[in-house]
Formats: sequence, C-alpha cells, structure tokens
Amino acid sequence: MKYLASASAFWIGLFAWGHGGSLVQRASSKAGTLSNPLQGTEAQRAGAKLYKRECAACHGEGREGSAKVPPLAQAEVRKAAPGTLFWILRNGSLGTGMPSFAHLPEAERWQIIAFLTGVPPVPTAGGTGKSSAGFPKERRVCARNFSSD
Amino acid sequence: MYLQMSGNWQIRQSVRPIAAALATLGAGLLFPPCRAGEGPFFITYTHQMEEPRNLELMTKNVTGKPGDGNRFLGTVAEFEYGAAGWWTTELYLDGQATSRENTVFTGYRWENRFRLIPREHWINPVLYVEFEDINGADKALLEVVGHDGVGDLATPTADARHEQKRELEAKLILGSYYKGWTIAENIIAEKNLSHAPYEFGYAIGVSRPLALAARADRCNFCAENFQVGVELYGGLGDEKDFGLHDTSHYVAPALAWTLANGTTFQISPGFGATSTSTGFLLRFGVSYEVAQFGRGVGHLLRGGRP
Repeated sequence: MKYLASASAFWIGLFAWGHGGSLVQRASSKAGTLSNPLQGTEAQRAGAKLYKRECAACHGEGREGSAKVPPLAQAEVRKAAPGTLFWILRNGSLGTGMPSFAHLPEAERWQIIAFLTGVPPVPTAGGTGKSSAGFPKERRVCARNFSSD
Repeated sequence: MYLQMSGNWQIRQSVRPIAAALATLGAGLLFPPCRAGEGPFFITYTHQMEEPRNLELMTKNVTGKPGDGNRFLGTVAEFEYGAAGWWTTELYLDGQATSRENTVFTGYRWENRFRLIPREHWINPVLYVEFEDINGADKALLEVVGHDGVGDLATPTADARHEQKRELEAKLILGSYYKGWTIAENIIAEKNLSHAPYEFGYAIGVSRPLALAARADRCNFCAENFQVGVELYGGLGDEKDFGLHDTSHYVAPALAWTLANGTTFQISPGFGATSTSTGFLLRFGVSYEVAQFGRGVGHLLRGGRP
C-alpha cells in the first residue's frame, strides 16, 4: 500500500507540477480557436441530457460543484472559449481527477459545451419538467445558479 | 468449488461470494447510475478508464459447444472501480456450467490498468496487469493466448478442475478515437507462475455508435444508444513456438445497447476461423455503472447520506 500511495503522489505531483490557476485558465493557452458547430436550443437540450448522464454525478445536477469538484455554473465556464472547453473534455486532467471524455463523439461534446455556455432560460413556475424555452427541469436549476454569479 | 455439494462448509464457501455480490449490488442502488461500458467489446480493451470513484457492475457470459464436448456456459461477475483517473482496478469471479457435467466456481482474477500518458493523442497506451487464480475448468474465455483451442474446452470438468492456474498476464492496450470510430489493439503476454512458457495473444476491435449526436429527449431506442463493432482475437503461440501454427482465432461482430437509465446490454456472436477454434461462441452481458460509488460509501461510513 505504501508503494501505491507513493506512486499516486508521484503521478499527481508530476501532472500538477508547473501548473497554476483553474483548469479553464490552463487549457486556454493550449486550446485552438475552435467554434461550436452545434448551437441553439436543440443542441442545448441535448447537451443538458448528456450533462446529466456524464457530468452531474460529480459537478451536481445544478452545476453547483462540491468541496472537491469545481462548479460549472460560473462566469468563467459560461464565457470560456468553446475551443478551451472542448480541449478540457477531450483531454481531462488526470492530476485533478477530471476524466477524459474523448470516448464521446465530437458532436456530443459540442452539445455539452452548448449547454454549458448557452444563455440560460428564464425560470418559470410550475413543475411540468420543461420551461417555456423548452429546457428540461435541470436546466432551470442551472438558471438559478447563473443568477447568483 | 462445487455448487453441487454435500457438506455445510462447502455451501457456506460457495454462498459467501454470492452474498458479497448481492450486498454490493444493493449498495449500488443507493447511488445514481450513469452510462456504463467501454463500447460493445467483450475481449478487446480500449484506453478508456473507469471514471474516478465510479463502480461498474457487469456480467459477461459465453456459451458454445466444443466439437464432441458438451455445451457450456462460462460466466464472470465483474466489479470495476475507478481508483484514480490513471488507475482502474477490477475483480472478476469466474464460474461455469457444462451440460451433463457440473456447475463450478472456477476462481478469481484481479486486474489493474494504468494510463501511461495523461493527455489524449492519436494513439494512447494503457498498461494492463492481471493476476488470476483459476482452475483448468474455467471457460470464461476472456482472452485467447498461446495454443488455446477447442480441446481445452472439451476436457471434462471433473478432470480439468484439478489443474490449478496461477498466472500473470500483461497487456499493452493501444486505443484511438477518430471521427466517432473507436479503434483498439491489445498485445497480450501471459505466464503461468509455476510452469509453462510465456504465451502470447492479440485482440483488435473497431466500433462506432449508430448516431454521433444525441437527441434532446430521453429515449431508449434512439440510434445514439446503439454501438456496433467487430472484434478479432486469437493466440500467437508461446515463446518456444511463436506464430499462427496450431492457434485459435475468432471474428466476432458485437452490439451494445444502452438504456436511458444507464443499463447496457451486449451481445456478440463469435465465429472460429481455424480448425483449432471452437466453431461458434455466443457472448452476452449486462452492465450497470454506479456513479461516485466511492464517495457515497465514504459518506455512509462517516454517518452521512450517500
């Protein structure tokens, strides 16, 4: 076990070495200037579904994050260049525990980015599962988070 | 370990792993599910690692009729855990049932996969190391190496189970993603720790989802939920007789279907390509991934909610 702990520390140290700031800041220098080919309400709704399946377990249904996982409902993510977010989804960050999502087809990664960077709809009352803009329930939770930052 | 047995001690021994598996499954239901699986493959590994703290529960089964031997059903229960972003560890419990013979527990395997480079490249290496303690009656067929062939599967269980196999297996897994396609190559080396030379094998797989973009609505039968592929795998002899001579090879189309709730069903008919191979093998499996299992268990142990 001691060996495993040492090995873990070595790799985490190696990957974290020389890096500072948030993952978005670090990735922005490496990412290309890609633009999102999938935008609009339909892509955002598909992205919301994919977010719930792939990301919500760690980052929270409302993108609120947790003690060890950064929130995604923040201006830094919403305003990040699409190419930067695409780079993060493709490569992940082994040092911080963020997995790579390269196994998802590119289109699905762009749909998640459309969801993360899209303009949040105005929350509506009632529990039909969709707002007037056609977003599923979890999207409205995100809208509440956006309003606070 | 026989399930057909006479003494209470033997019953307790056989029930223990089943009880442990059921307890783990029960605990898993407390945590949220997410999408399971590494594509439709049964044999070929891709470089995709299990997400940190996620637990994947899976059963893989294979049935076939080896020449004049009896039809068999080999099965494994698989528990895959993401220990870290670069380290996935997995426990297998193996068993088999052979028509007109016995149903037996045949042993366990413990595998570890280590991602060697942190970022995604056009080809990505992963190192795989496995220790297995199984007996000769094992028919899980999770890999084909050396001169494995139809003769091994036709040996009566009562005779084969006396052979103890403690083996170390290493694989170099190479994986790529290209425009929605998953391409993976595995190079296998296996060594029985007590005797026998190094044995070698290979596995190659290609797969693709039927749709590359997701639909906005929750669905079970939409194309994005299906992945199709094909695997090629077989033995490459041993250190004394390396090559294709007297080795088994299989071609196996594969299909995976993931439900909206995260459960994945897989099926793969395999066709033997040489006279040493079993003519036809049908593989099928079910998997379910429990998101953030490790974190939930940690909270439970500290007296909180999962």
